[in-house]
Order: sequence, then structure tokens, then C-alpha cells
Amino acid sequence: MGVEGIGARVVRKEDKRFITGKGRYVDDIKLQGMTHAHFIRSPHAHARVKGIDSSAALKMPGVVAVLTGQEIVDDKVGNLICGWAITSKDGSPMKMGAWPAMAPETVRFVGQAVAVVIAESKNLARDAAEAVVVSYEELPAVADVHAAIKSGAPQLHPEAPGNQVYDWVIGDEGATDAAFAKAANVVKLDVTNNRLAPNAMEPRAAIADYDAAEEHFTLYTTSQNPHVARLVLSAFYNIAPEHKLRVIAPDVGGGFGSKIFIYPEEMVALWASKKVGRPVKWTGDRTEAFLTDAHGRDHVTHAEMAFDANNKITGLKVKTYANFGAYMSLFSSSVPTYLYATLLSGQYNIPAIHAEVVGVYTNTTPVDAYRGAGRPEASYLIERLMETAARQLNVDPAALRRTNFITQFPHQTPVIMAYDTGDFNASLDAAMKAIDYAGFAARKAKAKADGKLRGIGVSCYIEACGIAPSKAVGSLGAGVGLWESAEVRVNPVGTIEILTGSHSHGQGHETTFCQLVAERLGVPISQVSIVHGDTDKVQFGMGTYGSRSAAVGLTAILKAMEKMESKAKKIAAHALEASEGDIVIENGEFKVAGTDKAIAFPMVALAAYTAHNLPDGMEPGLKESAFYDPTNFTFPAGAYICELEVDPGTGKTSFVNFVAADDFGRLINPMIVEGQVHGGLAQGIGQALLEHAIYDASGQPVTASFMDYSMPRADDLPSFNLSHTTTLCPGNPLGIKGCGEAGAIGASAAVINAITDAIGKNNLEMPATPDRVWRTIHAA
Amino acid sequence: MSTVKLTVNGKAVAVDVEDRTLLVQLLRDHLNLTGTHVGCDTSQCGACVVHMDGKAVKSCTMLAGQADGASVTTIEGIAKGDELHPMQEAFRDNHGLQCGYCTPGMIMSAIDIVHRHGGQLDEATVRQELEGNICRCTGYHNIVKAVLDAAGRMKVAQAAE
Repeated sequence: MGVEGIGARVVRKEDKRFITGKGRYVDDIKLQGMTHAHFIRSPHAHARVKGIDSSAALKMPGVVAVLTGQEIVDDKVGNLICGWAITSKDGSPMKMGAWPAMAPETVRFVGQAVAVVIAESKNLARDAAEAVVVSYEELPAVADVHAAIKSGAPQLHPEAPGNQVYDWVIGDEGATDAAFAKAANVVKLDVTNNRLAPNAMEPRAAIADYDAAEEHFTLYTTSQNPHVARLVLSAFYNIAPEHKLRVIAPDVGGGFGSKIFIYPEEMVALWASKKVGRPVKWTGDRTEAFLTDAHGRDHVTHAEMAFDANNKITGLKVKTYANFGAYMSLFSSSVPTYLYATLLSGQYNIPAIHAEVVGVYTNTTPVDAYRGAGRPEASYLIERLMETAARQLNVDPAALRRTNFITQFPHQTPVIMAYDTGDFNASLDAAMKAIDYAGFAARKAKAKADGKLRGIGVSCYIEACGIAPSKAVGSLGAGVGLWESAEVRVNPVGTIEILTGSHSHGQGHETTFCQLVAERLGVPISQVSIVHGDTDKVQFGMGTYGSRSAAVGLTAILKAMEKMESKAKKIAAHALEASEGDIVIENGEFKVAGTDKAIAFPMVALAAYTAHNLPDGMEPGLKESAFYDPTNFTFPAGAYICELEVDPGTGKTSFVNFVAADDFGRLINPMIVEGQVHGGLAQGIGQALLEHAIYDASGQPVTASFMDYSMPRADDLPSFNLSHTTTLCPGNPLGIKGCGEAGAIGASAAVINAITDAIGKNNLEMPATPDRVWRTIHAA
Repeated sequence: MSTVKLTVNGKAVAVDVEDRTLLVQLLRDHLNLTGTHVGCDTSQCGACVVHMDGKAVKSCTMLAGQADGASVTTIEGIAKGDELHPMQEAFRDNHGLQCGYCTPGMIMSAIDIVHRHGGQLDEATVRQELEGNICRCTGYHNIVKAVLDAAGRMKVAQAAE
């Protein structure tokens, strides 16, 4: 490992612009002649749009246009799509209602846009929006899954009778029933996985600029995957063909999944820009983020786990209702199916699993992937079940897990996934040592003497990352391949540009991707730059989500590097009059092994471009590209243990210690990996203790600002105690598993297991607010 | 419309703005100082924190006119040329930022926290004082480390002056 190579704690290259206020986010960009959009949104959860009167608004100074949902339909802009087809157990395709970018007839959630005002300034657009009169006929609405599936419930879409999108199953029902029939013990649990709002700190924004002469659009947008955005906007929404649409995602202030999807606002901005003949900018405010950014989680689940007399798990049955909100967002259908139920085996040897997932429409904001996407819901369920089982079977929760750990790899689960490697005992050992698990009983007794209820909670998670093998996901219904692309451009002076289809919105790619180059060539990272986020600069790529940028994106870079190095070695060998096989790369030089003959990398690059002395038949230049399609998912796993105290008088929880022992395979930059874990843990703990996107029975959101939705703040969280155990991923040459979502996947169960341990009651829903904990303590 | 006269990052400026213009709008839209961010509408997130006459304020929660005659410092104004402020250095060295959106407000609040508490900072105090700044990326772990680190650096720098 060099000082800037793989495994080094390199300080981030991108930081200077962020700490000096020179970051360039979408809202920082101004174009000549730019207009501003303000959306008029439904105040009702379900209503028919009877009419829109914009006559007064159009007379106001500075108003350029008021455009409505009917106009966007008339102009044949496509409806929003869902890109993963799921088939119900009866063989029927999932049932979806149409989602126009602005509603022409019916609104189905509070915040759905019906019209947009385009004006000379943001304030003028807001003023004019106040003058637009929309008349609605209110319809009965339904906000939660239980109410939505009852007979006689208000119906959202005629295409989906009973508000049911699909009823999907996985696993072997017969084998699972047989396991339960023979079980020595059965453990049952009902859990709700609370709905969350992603809340990246930068609200979504878009600037669309139509060039009438070239019939060409440019879109600046807050996207995690600009090429996917361009593809969808072109292929499905009829905005423009791909070569006439440039999508730029500059600095993006956090995503967490919510900026994967193509939203109505980008579509409307593009369409409106052509309509008004000027650039159109929209920047969402925080309440719009709460109303329109795809939410996460929102599952209601009943599960049963069967054990034999030796406390070995013999079967698992799961039934989950997943709330999709009012429309099917881009990848929503895959989240409670292939990203959730395929992880229900957890870290355990479970011979038989059967899961059924019912997807349900409600009059709420659409739900889609949010950090972890299905895997937090699976991990939370399994780890709550294991803790419940340990209590019911009267065994130590860590010991029960060890009894059931998978220890032989590869391991084929009954729910598709084939785990390639891992050492679950090692991470549990590390976590138990870090928290002094053995000393807990004494600490609990001491806390009791001080009037506090102390608890400890274990959570052993596994996830599937590095998504994903294209052929495999294609066979499961995905509409896209999930490979990644890279191009390595060596300039004539020997500096290097890496063009990647991955997109950094906080992950630090501008540093970690350079570290790979430094490792291989021995050049300083200052000689390397990472180019991403612009469809005009970078070849087609799939973007960043699902902890895929290192495992998939960086492997693509490695493949391109290998091609470039191979050509460079030929050039060096020719110049040094040596055999290609004798050339080694060290400290920025190409050397003839075992001699003092060497040529510096910049001289190799220059030779490639002067082309004065290349091997016969070699093309000039030094630029190579690669597409890398993974062969399997990767399987990061680990053990989290939370120790906390509950004040029985107030129900308030205070952290004592939180330890995380993760196995991410090889780490490129441990400092950045730790940062990813910290952030994930905060989101998992936020879900466990604080966060909940709540609707009342009529579908009105009651948590649509930071005054109402409890975001984790600095004094809600502890400092974290992190460690790593390592089994290298055999599926990619760098041995990387991915680290972006682990914290959010594993943390919430550790917290709830600790609180329920402290208070001696097993049934406690998230978020475990002081009020809820106090009521649970004092419930009869 | 009114003319607001103020000093921004040491430079005297006079800007004609609508009376309803917020200080953050004056900074971002009129002076192109886009380092100051807006992350919420309810004065909760602190992405917009700047210093006015040496104190941290949320620039989304005051009118530009209220800054008339004041001296305002933004994230763009705390480094001395190429020499970063110790708080900026500490955020970078401790990986106290990821997406960078909350960072300017965090740094401006953190400088104010250190100024008010001097050498008396501990982790609990920093966490409590950061109540008005929300970060979604870092879990605050490295932000807290950065602020404590910078408090030490600022003390050393002060002693040297």
C-alpha cells in the first residue's frame, strides 16, 4: 500500500470546494434568460380536478405562463414508468394505474402537481400561484394498507381492483409448512417498518434549457444516475431522443436513493422550457421534498419462525403488506420483493422459507428505494425474530445466533441468493469483545441500582450489494442491465482522466477512484481526475445506488486500467528494447525487471501520442474503456450491538455504547468507509427512535417539515465504535463488498432489541419515542 | 424596493432588493455567494448560517434589510487567501463532510460555538450546540471530532497572535 494507494486514509480531494463554499449544486447555476417554476399542488389526498382558472395569474407582472396537466397530456408527454415488472402468484402482471407528470383529472396524494407557473422570479411565480384557482371535488381517501385492502375501501386506480398492485410469493410453501408441522417451538411476531422521508439536505432541483435551433435540451438535475435519467426521459417520456438531451448532475447534496428516480418536476421543466422558449428552473423547498420525494419502508408484516428441539431454525413464514403510495415509482416494485424477500434468510441456515408480499396503493406519497431498500426491512424482521426467539426459548441471543449461523460457503439460501463468503462468528466476536458483552450483567445491575433500565441488543445483518448481474436481474423482471462502464484517458503529458458511470453525491469517488490508479501506477492522486455526472462527457453508465460504486464501478475502472497498462507496457518495452513480459510498473515508472532500465509513465504517454516510435501496427493514443457486469451480488455482513439505558419515569432512551463490526471485504479508504457507516447508523437509529412520516386517516401528511418530522440531530446520537473483520469478496478482482447501506440496514434492530431488553417487554414499534416507550413500560 | 448597504466578507456593497428579500437571497441571488445554502423552510437545518457582526445567524430567517449597516461573513470569507480557517482544515482532516451541502452552515456555526465556549468544549457540549444544524450524511461523528479538533487549533492560533 502506498501513501495514496488502496487501504490508505487519504483526505478527500473534493473537500476543498465544499469547505470553501465553492461546491456547484444545481440551485447555484444561473442561465441567461432563466425563468422560474412554481408548482401548484393538490391540498387533497384524493380529488377530481374540476377546473383550473389561471386568468388572474396570467395578468400579473412577470408571469410567463401557467401550464396544466391537461396540456402535458395533450402534448403526449409520457406517463411515469415503473422499471421492474413483478408477476403475481396467479401469473398475472402487476396492476398499475397511469401517473401523468401533472394530474389532468384526478389527484391521488397531497402534493401531486396539477399545474405550474412560470415567471421571471421565484417570488413572482409563488405570488401568481396564489392567484390560480383550482376547483376540486374531494373523494374519499385511504392512507394505510390495512384500510386500503378492506372491502369497500376507496379505490385509487381502476386498473388495480382492491388497491392491490401484486400478490407475489417466493420460496417453497409445502416444505415450509412441513417444517412448521414438525417444529418443537414456533416464534411469532408482528412488526411495522415505519415510513421514512429520505431528506437529503439538498432539496431536488432542475434547470431545463431548450435550444430551438439545435432542437436540443440540457437538463441540470439532482440525480444519482444522469444516464438513466436521460434514457428514461428519452425512451419513455418523449421529451427528446437521447442524442438531443444532455443531462448534467453536478455536485449533488446527498441522495440515499431518493435521487435515483425521474420525477415529474424534471419532465415538466424540460417540456415547459420548450413551451416558453427560455430556460426553466425549479428548486424544491423542504415541504415539497416531504410531499414528493419518494418515501422509504412502510411495511406491515406477520412472521413465524420454526425451531427444532436443538434451537435450530427449520422454517420461516412471512407475510408482508407493502405500502406503495399513490403511484408506482421507478424501482418501487422491486424493493419489497427482490430486494427484501431474497434476504430473509439473514445470516442463518434456514432450510425452508416462504414469503408472500402484497403491494398496496394508498393516497400517500409514492414509496421507493431509500438507503438499504428492502434489506433494512428484512434485516429488522429477522433480527427482531431472533431476539424474540431467544427470549421465548430462554437462551442467550448471541448464542442462538451462533447456533444457526451459516458457516460453509458458498451457501445457497431458499430465496434465490447464493452467499459467496463471510465469517459471521468473526464479526459477532469482534462486536461482543468491543462492547464487553460478558460484563453486561454487572453493568445492568449497577444501572438498576441507579433507577435506570439498561438493555443490550444484537443485530447480525447481511445484505446484497454491488447490484447486479444483468442477466440475473433481467430474468427477475428488471428493465435495465446493472453493469458499469469506465474509460481511462491518459493525456499526452501523462495525467489521467477517469470517466465513470458512477455518480458521487457524498461518497468520495473523486478520491477513492484515484487511489486505485495510484495503487497500480504509483503516480500521485493529484495527477488523476475523476469525470462523472455529465452525459456529454461520460459514456453511458448506470449510476450510484445499492452500494455498487466500488464493487461494480471501480471494477470497471480496473478493467479499463488493465487494458491501458497492457498497451503502455508494449510501448515501454519497445522504447526500452525489452520484452513486454519483463516490464513492471513501479512508482510511476515502467521498468525492465531486474535492471536499471526504466521509462517514466509520462514519457510512455507522450510516446503513445507522438507516435514516432510505436511497435509496428499499433494505433496511436492511450485511452481504453471497459464495461463490467458483475457475476453475483456481493454480501456485506456484520454484527451491531447497542447498549442503552431507559429512564422508566420518562421513557427516554440514552445510549451507553454502540459497536459495529462490519465485513466489507477490501477497503479502499477506511476513513471514507467509516464515514459511510456513521451516516448509515444515524439513519438506522433515526428510524428506530425518531423518524416517522405520518399521515392522518384522510391522507393528510402531518410531518411535512423539519418542525414535525424528527431528523436525527447531533445530540440524539452517540459516537460510534467501529471495527472491521475481513473476508474478501471472491466475485470481483478487488475483493470489495460495498459499505454504503450497512449502517442503515443493521442499526434499527440493535436499538429496538436493546430497548425491549431493557424494559422487559417484547412488543415495541418504531420509532420508539419516549412517549411510546413509557406507555409500553406501563401497559398492563 | 430598498437599498441595503452592508459589508460582506470585508467588502462594502449596496444592493437594491425587494423589501421581502431574505438575507440568504441577497447573498445567493444578488451577490452570487452560493456557498450559503437553503435546506429547509423552517429555520431548522442551519445550512444557511452566516456570521453577522461576529455572531452566527440563520440567513434564511432574517430580511436582507435587517442586515443593513451590518458586517456579514459567509463561508467564502473565512479563509485568509490560500490559508484555510482552522475549522475548514479540521473538517477536511477529520472527514467531517460527505455531500458538502450542510458543510458551510456547519462550519460557520462551529466557529461561533468555539468562539463562545473557548477552550471549554467537550463532546456533549458540541453535540448540544449543533442542535440547529442538520446533517444527513455523517451521523455527526466526524463533525463532532472536527469541531473539537478545530477548537484546539483555534486556541493555538489565538495564542500565537
